[in-house]
Amino acid sequence: MRPPIRRRPRAFDRAGGPDRPGEGRPSPAVSSDGAPRSERDGGLRARVTTRRGGFTLDVAVEVAPGEVVAVLGPNGSGKSTLLGTLAGLYTPEDARVVLGGRTLTDTASGVAVPAHRRRVGLLSQQALLFPHLTARDNVAFGPRCAGRGRREALAAARERLADVGVAELEGRRPAELSGGQAQRVAIARALAVEPDLLLLDEPFAALDVDAAPAVRSVLRRAVRRRGQTTLLVTHDVVDAVVLADRLVVLAEGRIVEQGPTAEVLARPRSAFAARIAGLDLVTGTAAETGLTTPEGAVVHGLASAEVEAGEPAVAVFPPSAVSVHRHRPDGSPRNVVPVRLAALEPQGEIVRLRAAAAPGGPPWVEGIAADVTPAAVAELGVGPGDDLWFAVKATEVAVHPRRR
Amino acid sequence: MTRARPARGGPVSLALPWPVWVPAVAGFGLIAVPVAGLVVRTNWPDFGALITTDAALDALWLSLQTGLVSTALCLLLGTPLALVLARSDLPGLPVLRSIVLLPLVLPPVVGGLTLLFLLGRTGPVGQLLDAWFGITVPFSTAAVVIAQTFVAMPFLVVSLEGALRTAGERYEVVAATLGASPLTALRRVTLPVVLPGLVSGAVLAFARALGEFGATIAFAGNLQGTTQTLPLLIYIQSQNDLDGAVAMSLVLVVVAVLVIVATRTRDVSGVR
Repeated sequence: MRPPIRRRPRAFDRAGGPDRPGEGRPSPAVSSDGAPRSERDGGLRARVTTRRGGFTLDVAVEVAPGEVVAVLGPNGSGKSTLLGTLAGLYTPEDARVVLGGRTLTDTASGVAVPAHRRRVGLLSQQALLFPHLTARDNVAFGPRCAGRGRREALAAARERLADVGVAELEGRRPAELSGGQAQRVAIARALAVEPDLLLLDEPFAALDVDAAPAVRSVLRRAVRRRGQTTLLVTHDVVDAVVLADRLVVLAEGRIVEQGPTAEVLARPRSAFAARIAGLDLVTGTAAETGLTTPEGAVVHGLASAEVEAGEPAVAVFPPSAVSVHRHRPDGSPRNVVPVRLAALEPQGEIVRLRAAAAPGGPPWVEGIAADVTPAAVAELGVGPGDDLWFAVKATEVAVHPRRR
Repeated sequence: MTRARPARGGPVSLALPWPVWVPAVAGFGLIAVPVAGLVVRTNWPDFGALITTDAALDALWLSLQTGLVSTALCLLLGTPLALVLARSDLPGLPVLRSIVLLPLVLPPVVGGLTLLFLLGRTGPVGQLLDAWFGITVPFSTAAVVIAQTFVAMPFLVVSLEGALRTAGERYEVVAATLGASPLTALRRVTLPVVLPGLVSGAVLAFARALGEFGATIAFAGNLQGTTQTLPLLIYIQSQNDLDGAVAMSLVLVVVAVLVIVATRTRDVSGVR
């Protein structure tokens, strides 16, 4: 037996957006009769144990209705097997998958609902639009399979295409679409069937860097508006920051860490999370020139996706972009803050300096890392407890929207 | 040796090395020169009369009919066969595939004889058909169709299996996650995606059926109006009336060229 997963109690959720007014969902994660809410209405509860090559995948994942959970892990950590099991495309040795009260997989009792009856959508790296159908007919495909009439399905398809901002491309064949456009159509197609669970498999990995942020923001809006229960698998921390409420870190088939996205990324406890997360994050709300922290300090940066002032946001920058000074530097960097050095962490070729708040300085620097060479450390002659200045150019700071 | 003039406003195509050109020209000549010779050798003044004799018209009509029916049979039986070969995980699939491809390497006469042994009046299946239903297959139009299907089906299966493997199963996976049952996915995704392969396979099968000779003569005989297809008539004529044989050969060439041209234009403008 496996101990039950600790669930974070959730406040009133965002499910049931303005377009689904009648579907307000009950808020407590656990109902009065003690049954987990996800078991009863809409959420996912999955437990998978299966040998795969050199390791055993052994995970238990829950996604509450309307929640977006990101699974992060290196290649070969079992992410694809997990997705395959949930979608009904892979037969695990021992698993139980319950979605919205329906048992989809139960190896103990021999239940294995075929993929097409699961109501589980899948969006992968490649858009994989049906090449012989127009964008509109691709999106109408799912509703047609669900038995809706042609006229109705096409009307729904047009709406979904408009939702993702490609209404004018409805008559195009996939060969006439760019990578970003094709992935938008694929998003519309996946959402058009209103799946009980949407699986996202590295959905932006194949897009070029210019197209990814816009498509990510489109997906974020679409998922949020529908209150779409979603499980995201990704390498990219930014995907998790922008899309996910909760993060699950997988390594060698096991969950090594999980929790609210910002918490896990700010204070990673596993080696993998530390390596991929290795980013400086500051949470707050978006401002004209960057981000405002809860204490009112401003972190200057560039808004990356469509983030509006006043919206919850997170400023992200790599520790390598932080320069370290003994005395207050003058010059172009817009973000110059006093810090007290908390720790020096040697990491191979570099040394990571970890900051704590300096007396009288802004509190948001707590935990911020700066990467410098060992030679620079020697030159600065610093040790824990010293007071320093950290400087970051505003152009190195990306401000992303953040899930509430 | 000629060098293509670089087209202005287009990409530069790399030059082919000369050892490619010589054999290429020889190979082309091997196919094109005899066909051109046919045109030269044709008795043009009597051409009209030669190809409109009763025997010739009967044979042409029978060839087209049986060729179309065989192609339909190939599609009906060969499409599911290709799907099984490409998509199932049946044990012994490689053996199964070798057997399906046997007619490609077997001399057609041998194929015809095996059919005769099986379905002939004294054959194991032919005996039963005769005893139970009073049906005799050999030396009937049905025998022509069976013989043509026997030799032509592998062309369709090979072409379609290749197309299915190239396309892969990714589109079917997507269709399933969108709620399509396996039958719906086959109808609305798999078959449309491999349609070009299906069409070219069907054309190959039709062309092969149209040219069928060995299996037909062994299994169906040579009865005018019933089993005498155009290739059989051409062979018989070539023994005593060369002019007639050449004229009808030309007809067969024209039909073949028409088929190829028709499908090529379809490939370009139609499905992609």
